[in-house]
Amino acid sequence: MPQALAQHKSYQADFERLERGLRFGDAPWLQALRRQAMDSFDQLGFPTALRGNEKWKYTRVAPIAEAAFEHPFDGQPDRVQASDIQGIAPWDKGWTNLVFVDGRYSAALSTPNGAGSSMQAISLAAALATEEALVQQHLARYADFKDDAFIALNTAFLEDGALVWVPPGETLPTPLHILFITTEHQKPVVTYPRVLLVAGSNSRLILIESYISLSSNGYFTNSVVEMLAEEGAQIEHYRFARESPRAYHVGMTRAYLAKDSVLKTTSLTVGCAILRNDLMVLLDAPGASTEVRGLHLTNGVDHVDNHIDIDHAKPYTKSNQYFKGVLDGKSRAVFSGRVLIRQNAVKAQAHQKDYNIILSEGAEIDTKPALEIYCDDVMATHGATAGHVAEELLFYMRSRGLDRELARALLVRGFASEIIDGVGVDSLRSYLDRQLSQALPTHQPERSL
Amino acid sequence: MSHHNGDTRPPMLQIANLHVAIGDVEILKGVDLAVRLGEVHAIMGPNGSGKSTLVNVLAGRPGYTVTQGEVLYEGMDLLRMLPEERARAGVFLAFQYPVELPGVRNWQFIKTAVDSIRRHKGLKELSVREFDRLLQDKVRTMEFDPELIKRAVNEGFSGGEKKRNETIQLLMLDPKLALLDETDSGLDIDALRTVASAVNTRRSSSNATILVTHYQRILNYVTPDHVHILIDGRLVMFGGPALALEVEAKGYDWLRQAAETTG
Ligand SMILES: Nc1ncnc2c1ncn2[C@@H]1O[C@H](COP(=O)(O)OP(=O)(O)OP(=O)(O)O)[C@@H](O)[C@H]1O
Ligand SMILES: [Mg+2]
Repeated sequence: MPQALAQHKSYQADFERLERGLRFGDAPWLQALRRQAMDSFDQLGFPTALRGNEKWKYTRVAPIAEAAFEHPFDGQPDRVQASDIQGIAPWDKGWTNLVFVDGRYSAALSTPNGAGSSMQAISLAAALATEEALVQQHLARYADFKDDAFIALNTAFLEDGALVWVPPGETLPTPLHILFITTEHQKPVVTYPRVLLVAGSNSRLILIESYISLSSNGYFTNSVVEMLAEEGAQIEHYRFARESPRAYHVGMTRAYLAKDSVLKTTSLTVGCAILRNDLMVLLDAPGASTEVRGLHLTNGVDHVDNHIDIDHAKPYTKSNQYFKGVLDGKSRAVFSGRVLIRQNAVKAQAHQKDYNIILSEGAEIDTKPALEIYCDDVMATHGATAGHVAEELLFYMRSRGLDRELARALLVRGFASEIIDGVGVDSLRSYLDRQLSQALPTHQPERSL
Repeated sequence: MSHHNGDTRPPMLQIANLHVAIGDVEILKGVDLAVRLGEVHAIMGPNGSGKSTLVNVLAGRPGYTVTQGEVLYEGMDLLRMLPEERARAGVFLAFQYPVELPGVRNWQFIKTAVDSIRRHKGLKELSVREFDRLLQDKVRTMEFDPELIKRAVNEGFSGGEKKRNETIQLLMLDPKLALLDETDSGLDIDALRTVASAVNTRRSSSNATILVTHYQRILNYVTPDHVHILIDGRLVMFGGPALALEVEAKGYDWLRQAAETTG
């Protein structure tokens, strides 16, 4: 039996075990949903085919499909102490923090204060007990599992996760942070982080989603975040991933934007064995707009794939993508996806930029910005660059006494910090800045004005 | 005029028969020049004559091939030194076209430069406070917009702001040999005066300056010890400040002809 097939069977077995031992309510609709998702996964299989597989053309899924991952049925979220994650994870006492350990909500680590707000930010498992109608109305509506094996698998194993519901007109006073931690295990595990965000009309919030690891082993994070921005809602979203260097991470983000709503999303990715940052935004009404930024730092044999799909379905929609990458070692990065401007989407504006610095001979970037435009009256631009640090700039700095290494380090940091400087949450920005210092092959610059 | 008359010490900079090519094209065709401590030399010449090539080669810019000749700087073989080694030994080039350094903050950059050079001299790094006091002083001297110190180096600066920024770096690094490549170009008259007074203030018996310029304008404020005319890769004439006035009045053609007849 081929390896991939064997592993497929092990997901089946895990699924059956999950169904037998359901942890919460019987909710028949949820059982049916999981079952449908599992059927989808069965039919689709992992996208390992190399031919005719546009979406996964530059990332080999085979290592994920062929590896054996255990479902952490016996996870013990309480094993992790606050002191274990201090200094490792982004954290601020002032935030509302929801923490998940190996896929399970940890009440001990979470600080779900949501001060002064009627927002709901709770574990999905708890939400199913108290907010079942809301969950049923939205869950799996924006992240479609019918044509995506990873979303299907995540949905089939849906147990816990975060539900965030911001009532209409409400502004969250503090950022909401959802942290997913993978701990050390004997054998590689798979976890299925899940977030459902419903931002009511004219609500505003800041959502931080982060993934960290307390292990340096291999494991698989298969996450799905689905968002609905109702009319006039404004979502500021950050996604931070620093997994174990041997980890596989497939992160699916699906956003549905109603009239005049705004999604600003920034990802900061520290590379690992395979990391896919897969975002799809549907701009489904006039005035909907999205700004997508990202920074990825890769080294060693990391593989990072940013796949961004933007659908301008209606007139007067806007999208602006800005990605930057710093590649070292023998790492590889991919920037792919497409911007689709449909026939009736007049006055749509779409911009896409992907800039990369390559620090070594062995690193490689595949950047394929793609615009598909079926409407005349639009404005669309795209551009991509990949290159080494310019000698011209290095010479300027060296002529002031900086040695080559230091000059290069300052330039690379300057290049990367543009994305970090745009982070609107102070404590997150300084955390990311420290991550940048650690991840880049640079000296620590001193305090500056 | 030449206050080194009778000075028997070797020049701080001695350029001998310097030939420089870019690719297969020879740009400098045998330049000889001696610069002594305390001197200011002006180099003038038509566009494309090789003025920038000369100062760039002295600063160690990549892309040039020295095909013949040598350069001694304080007894060292300058051309064998890395650009940063030259900077640490006191050579400074103010660029004709300063580059932009995206995301590298000006304050940080100048501090790093000052510290790199201090470390080399065995001095300890300046504290943030000490450095900032010195820098603010130069910022005021140069009438530089203090906001620009917080921004990325030269990014989005106007032409004149870039030149002022070069001058601030000149003052902060206080080099022994300053090579100023058209630092006066693109400056308004006030800025020109401040740049000129910066050059005058730092003028001392322990340093020297080579000033590349197109305009005699700056020489109204900075009186050079020598004026050299570079045409087609050769220094075809030298003289005192009066030569600059003559060039301004008559252009370069008469010098070109003179150069052709002599050789
Ligand atoms: N990268 C290059 N490749 C080929 N030729 C070059 C290059 N850089 C300079 N040159 C040529 O070298 C010659 C000398 O250039 P240089 O910049 O030294 O002149 P300059 O005297 O400083 O002129 P300007 O007064 O315009 O600044 C010019 O003919 C120029 O076109
Ligand atoms: Mg020039």
